[in-house]
Amino acid sequence: MNDRSLRGRVAVAGIGETAYYRHSQAPEPEFVMCLKAILAACADAEIDPHDIDGFASFSEDRNDPMALAAALGIHELRFSNMQWGGGGGGVAGALANAAAAIVAGLADCVVVHRALAQGQFGRFGQGPRIAGVPREFALSLPYGQMSPAQFFAPMVMRFMHEHGIGQEALRAIAMASYHHAQANPRAVMYGKPLTEEKYDASRWIAEPFHLFDCCMENDGAAAIILVSAERARDLAQTPAFVLGAAMGSSHRAPSSPAASFAIPDLATSQFKPVAKRLYAMAGIGAQDIDVVQCYENFTGGVLMSLVEHGFFKPEEAAEFLTLENLVAPTGKLPLNTSGGNLAECYMHGLGLQIEAVRQIRGQSTSQVQGANVALAVGGPMSPPVSTIVYGSEAAL
Amino acid sequence: MSTYILGSETPESGGNDIGGAGSASYYLPDGLPTPIADPAALYGPYWEGTRQEKLLIQRNPATGSYQWPPQWIAHDDHSFDLEWVEVSRKGIIYSWTRVWHPVHPALTEAGPYIVVIVEIPQTGGVRMLGNLLGDPMQKVEIGAEVEAVFEHHETAQPPFTLVQWRTTGPVEQRPDR
Repeated sequence: MNDRSLRGRVAVAGIGETAYYRHSQAPEPEFVMCLKAILAACADAEIDPHDIDGFASFSEDRNDPMALAAALGIHELRFSNMQWGGGGGGVAGALANAAAAIVAGLADCVVVHRALAQGQFGRFGQGPRIAGVPREFALSLPYGQMSPAQFFAPMVMRFMHEHGIGQEALRAIAMASYHHAQANPRAVMYGKPLTEEKYDASRWIAEPFHLFDCCMENDGAAAIILVSAERARDLAQTPAFVLGAAMGSSHRAPSSPAASFAIPDLATSQFKPVAKRLYAMAGIGAQDIDVVQCYENFTGGVLMSLVEHGFFKPEEAAEFLTLENLVAPTGKLPLNTSGGNLAECYMHGLGLQIEAVRQIRGQSTSQVQGANVALAVGGPMSPPVSTIVYGSEAAL
Repeated sequence: MSTYILGSETPESGGNDIGGAGSASYYLPDGLPTPIADPAALYGPYWEGTRQEKLLIQRNPATGSYQWPPQWIAHDDHSFDLEWVEVSRKGIIYSWTRVWHPVHPALTEAGPYIVVIVEIPQTGGVRMLGNLLGDPMQKVEIGAEVEAVFEHHETAQPPFTLVQWRTTGPVEQRPDR
């Protein structure tokens, strides 16, 4: 095995979540939810929380490692890490960073965490309420171009235009998430099914995105504990091994979405080079993947991510993206089997990572029978993007 | 305010309160964030150009390559000596969106409105962003020709000018389609 690889050397030992709430509905402070998710992950792994020695997060998570380390009274902090970038682009990157730290001997038991209480700290989907804006913000915000849906819509519009893809492709992605949420009592949209008619009749947010093409905004917290593969085999849960991970962006993609109109390759999820590196490390291809969790900031991002991860060609999108193909357990490519960001919870994609682990363990509420390889893609169009693939013991 | 949009660095607050007079001629209502030419060394020439109804962007004099938004450094040869040049006011719609959901109080009654990304020919693919003037329900065509329209906000303190876009003729009459 190449020494410079994560393949098979680190595994998820524990997963934890709080209840998921509609945005601004959290009954307790964000920091408290973060602690509870971490404790839940420790309980799941049967690890003493004092033995955590590293923290990794993304998207400028407000719960800083020193505060968590002090509150939990861990013996010694050995690793703390923040993946750059906004939104959920960095979710798999945080897991990759944690895994790399374990492989390199910097730490032994690293928790990846994300917590959101929007009532306490403010909403994502609202434009900034300030009088004047500098730099690249001055080139976008005065034109009413100021929210994630608005920034990403032209990327998807261009992609659909270039490849003749219709609205039905986006609708199928939304339908798959809602379908799976109906089996998942944790899902915020549990008991609230979506029909094609309801999708078609829903209001536009920013074309080509209808309401149901857009992620929810939620409150809650999630955590994942990584340890070495050897240690994971001795712990309580079936290990989900990291087979590979990759992060990055295309040529000259700016960090600021307000400048995203200038990306030389506009119509991309940003995964073209990143997915190649993922598969090279994992030693697999798209054909080896049993189930996919793919971050839906917007359904159009999922469309481009799936293409750029090699599941189908853009011209095949209409044929491939049908509800029948995307549902567990019978579909050709079961997608977002917890309900994802659209219908389970928008925890910046950490919930999707947890769902990938559940599939490897055989614990999903929409289980794919015998799933050995699960792909979990971080937020598209939001560079640096990141992606990771987990496998069972049989996949090693 | 969302740190996802603005980053961790909080923008300096501007003194750009726009007066109400003349606002009927603006594509979007008063009250949206207004542009601040900051940092001045990087954004000053562009915003000063718009006041004179000129489109100025950066070019590397050594290689002739254009770049936008402005940068301190040239992407290609890493020179810091960039020049500002006027480019054509005509462009091509590269992509677009029609925005329906208001995310700012000033836009509550303003929608829908159209945002276009416009590619400027002969610049190696430089793109700019603005609103597409006219009927907000018009059919927008990627590839359609547009030209810049300068929307002067004279009563703002300080005054500024936004670059907007309008189609230059019925799409079906253009010979290249």
